[in-house]
Amino acid sequence: MKKEKPRIAFFDFACCEGCQLTVLQLEEKLLDLLDHVEVAAWRVAISGGSDAYDIAFCEGSISNREDEERLHRIRETAGTVVSLGTCASIGCHNALKNQWTGGEVLELVYGGEAGRFETLPARPVASVVPVDYQILGCPASLPEIEIVLKRILTGQPHPLPNNPVCVECKRNDNLCVLEKGVMCLGPVTRCGCDAICTSYGDACQGCRGLVDEPNLEAAVRVLTENHRHAIMDAVARGLRVDRERIRTWFSLYNGPDLQLEQEKTGHGP
Amino acid sequence: MVHEANIHIHHLTRVEGHGDITAVIQDGELKEVQFSVVEAPRFFEAFLRDRAYDEVAHLASRICGICAVSHRAAALKAIEAAFDVKVSEQTVLLRRLAFYGEILSSHVLHLYFLVAPDFLGVPSLLHLAERERETIKRAMRLKRLAYDLCREVVGRHTHPVAMNAGGFPFVHDEAGLLRMKDRLIEAKEDIRETVSLFRGLSLPSFERETEYVSLKHPSVYPFYGGDLFSSESGSLAPEAYREAVREYVQPHSTAKYARWNRSAYMVGALSRVNNNHGLLGPFAREAADRLGLEAPCHNPFMNNSAQVVESALCVEEAVQIIDRLLERGVRSEEELAPVHPCSGRGVGAVEAPRGTLFHEYAFDDQGRCLEANLVIPTAQNLGNLEEDLRSYAPGLVDQEESVIERALEVLVRAYDPCISCSTHVVRLERDPSTHEQAGMKGGSTMKESREPDEREERDALCPECGHAFKAYVDRVVQDDKKSGMRQKIECPVCGCGECSVVQPGT
Repeated sequence: MKKEKPRIAFFDFACCEGCQLTVLQLEEKLLDLLDHVEVAAWRVAISGGSDAYDIAFCEGSISNREDEERLHRIRETAGTVVSLGTCASIGCHNALKNQWTGGEVLELVYGGEAGRFETLPARPVASVVPVDYQILGCPASLPEIEIVLKRILTGQPHPLPNNPVCVECKRNDNLCVLEKGVMCLGPVTRCGCDAICTSYGDACQGCRGLVDEPNLEAAVRVLTENHRHAIMDAVARGLRVDRERIRTWFSLYNGPDLQLEQEKTGHGP
Repeated sequence: MVHEANIHIHHLTRVEGHGDITAVIQDGELKEVQFSVVEAPRFFEAFLRDRAYDEVAHLASRICGICAVSHRAAALKAIEAAFDVKVSEQTVLLRRLAFYGEILSSHVLHLYFLVAPDFLGVPSLLHLAERERETIKRAMRLKRLAYDLCREVVGRHTHPVAMNAGGFPFVHDEAGLLRMKDRLIEAKEDIRETVSLFRGLSLPSFERETEYVSLKHPSVYPFYGGDLFSSESGSLAPEAYREAVREYVQPHSTAKYARWNRSAYMVGALSRVNNNHGLLGPFAREAADRLGLEAPCHNPFMNNSAQVVESALCVEEAVQIIDRLLERGVRSEEELAPVHPCSGRGVGAVEAPRGTLFHEYAFDDQGRCLEANLVIPTAQNLGNLEEDLRSYAPGLVDQEESVIERALEVLVRAYDPCISCSTHVVRLERDPSTHEQAGMKGGSTMKESREPDEREERDALCPECGHAFKAYVDRVVQDDKKSGMRQKIECPVCGCGECSVVQPGT
């Protein structure tokens, strides 16, 4: 007897929906995928949608009670929950607002009308419910989405890659952007993006989160002290390069991770 | 026929972001209809503060996955205006090329994936996989083309890389541009087929004249910039956008509305075509003629047709830009303009796929952001969308509830609302006086109007990771507390969900 196709569903929380759009870029392969799965719910692409599904892709961070409850319902329904992208996996810059209390941030944005809204600290999906698969990246990279899809459908685990971006960057034969006076978070950032930003001559901003046990101290030293080009370039432009500046930069995607690292090692960057 | 109905469409599908439509019908008469935005706000304007200018540009594109290039470009233009950076012609050409990729990608996504299913009678384009494989393949091909055009210039479509203040830090591949040119020329056939598809769809013949607002440029179709233009009152410098975009709050909705000369105005593809129809090239004009789109057009459903016309325009003009780039030769880093941060303020205005987008930033002498103001197209469209709904819905009350529901959805979808950008859609009025107040510690109207014990900051401790933090206890939490239990909250560090609020004095 033919086995029933697993039903997949996509859900979005606080995010830009860029990761789901990346899934749409599967294009022709999306049609092939439909031979293996049934799409049960995908609000961005499909009207209607069903509440019965096996695999739930969740994009975005959880930052209010309604979303929290929605996520719990999803977890109860789905056998497999996947956090899609950096917002869902590590909180991304949604978590930047956590540096303020809910009241402060509401007041900053809504002024006198702040009392009409409620917000909670933005958290990754895994902070609210157990997650079976993680896909990182802002946005999630298409090859990784494909790999994880295959692994889910064949029941294999997907361990996160644990090399810094530098490994992929070197494999692409790039000149290190530090040499060009661009400051880069690649040395402490988890790879899997094929070093797209540095391959285009841009800095890595750390969108896939920190590698396990990152040497932050050394990374900051490289960026603040040892790296003459970058420093001189920044100084020439009248910019201050100090630990505080680097620290805020590190927190662009890694605010919660950095705090955790600080707890573990007793010092942060 | 419905006499009494409360139609509430929760989390409207096939739009970007979360929005609800509500319509109330009593005694066969429409009493109320509104579109509300229910997306979880993300507080961009708050966390852009204190960020360095390059981080601001990086974060700006993260506002929206569909219009990331527009947000990045608007931010870059604002930053470059604040620091008085003059970018090279090559940089402008490449940025315009990225815009064509993004506009084409967004329009194709909207037309094929979000709009066409309404008229083809299926819940999604994917449901056509069996029946009309060629249609779906064409949609995929056009999307692929738009995506590859972006990739050629800015690495990828969602969240462009290497699109920086001062210019592009890498050398573009002329062979890649040539390949793109060939593919763009080939794609004209797919665009013609798209025109045929949409010509065959019967859009409702509803008309309501309104104020059409877009950028306007004397010689170039104004995606990348131009003067701010209203069909009602003419041109205005984009820096003076606050004079034009007057934002206000409706008591019935949490969303922020905008008006200029009339009670509401429309932005987006239809406004752009209405205001710039003289700039359509022969290929785009052919599309407009075949679709019966004549400027000025007052049918909001024709926004879909205007998007088809702009898709043709993107393909046509992208070829011209590539020719221009190849003619002058793509040059390397010397094209980078130096960026010297200084204290200042700048406005960047561009045409995002859904309409005019403004970014305004103030910086200190270190290039750190002091203040950010973002005005997005969907917020500007809300007032006009509601006026259209109010004018369109009464003609529908004789229909079945499901028919009304679908008709209202189709109208909202024609506006192509993009709600992720709702950093600002749900941002409320803050005129300069209340703004100042909000900036003052303890001086905000919010604090004055609230009972002091309604919202409190409490110390909390995480038993898992031992992290102590301040928790904000709001009313919901406090209700639980009143029932005599310690409130469990999530630790912002480890997210364990086991942390408890420490009572003051304990």
